[in-house]
Amino acid sequence: MTNLLKLFISFLKIGGFSFGGGYAMLPLIEKEIIDVHGWMTSSEFIDILAIVEMTPGPIAINSATFIGYKVAGVVGSLVATLAVVLPSIVIILIIAHFLGKFKNSPYVEWAFRGIRPVVLGLILSASIGVSKNAFIDFKSVLIGGILFYFISFKKLHPILAIVIAGTIGALVY
Amino acid sequence: MYFKMFWTFFKIGAFTIGGGYAMIPLIQEEVVEKNGWLETDEFMDILAIAEVTPGPVAVNTSTYVGYKLKGIKGSLICTLGTILPSFLIILSIVTFLWQYRQNQVIDKIFLGIRPAVAALIFSAVYKLGKSMKLNWSKIAIAAVTVLLIEGINISPIYIILVAALGSIGYFKFKEKNI
Repeated sequence: MTNLLKLFISFLKIGGFSFGGGYAMLPLIEKEIIDVHGWMTSSEFIDILAIVEMTPGPIAINSATFIGYKVAGVVGSLVATLAVVLPSIVIILIIAHFLGKFKNSPYVEWAFRGIRPVVLGLILSASIGVSKNAFIDFKSVLIGGILFYFISFKKLHPILAIVIAGTIGALVY
Repeated sequence: MYFKMFWTFFKIGAFTIGGGYAMIPLIQEEVVEKNGWLETDEFMDILAIAEVTPGPVAVNTSTYVGYKLKGIKGSLICTLGTILPSFLIILSIVTFLWQYRQNQVIDKIFLGIRPAVAALIFSAVYKLGKSMKLNWSKIAIAAVTVLLIEGINISPIYIILVAALGSIGYFKFKEKNI
């Protein structure tokens, strides 16, 4: 019971204080899981990251499910996953509720007019970050370039693009 | 309707590898282009909100979209749809497949998938940029953002706050001087 409670509080903190999502969460997860509670070793944590990279879904949820299972079985994985999403759900519900009310305020509209181009820049910089790991040789640049064309101009569905790319990867590497 | 919402976000949760921004192209395709649940502007606003609030982008987006469509019940259903695939996949990996983690075929598949993920995100930038009706000032703000993030690794939270306040100040000033 105390282990489950500790797991819940740990992942509540992780969910509540990691801004930006994705890789921004890792330092906090590492600190809680390894340094504070000693639930796993550093090398176990790296193995988990490798798995999390290769599986679909948000990194925070994957890690929570994985670590929760290691600490306390299936119940542990449920508790950790629930705890990690709870803060976002509550915060977004509050914002969604008030955003509707202030939608017609000029201040909200002005703020978002400035923010939108920033978000575009953030996504562009994320794609630069991904490119560094993705484009390792001529073949990968070719795969990326051709898929970019079909996704952007021929409406290729993202899921299909990933399946095709995985198949090509297995064949050409 | 509830089932459609659940199924849409289940797909999003099941097919976004890499997490975070890698999810954006698929969310955009399903939520903005296919189902028309959000306008492009609204989608950008949610991304901004997701950026300044804690938690995974996919969870934030699904909660918001669900709430907008069907209130709190809708937000819970969409969020459950998003997290269920990862939860089930990780659970089966940790119970059955952990022993096969050094597999060459899996390595090769991922060598192919990574450029696809990069292509997806670039294409999201392209599509969002196109529908935003870019002008020079918007391009300049986006470019400065990229330079700040790549160059001095500043937290996105500060850039968003400065952009919001700066923009409010700019329009307020403009309004006064008409």
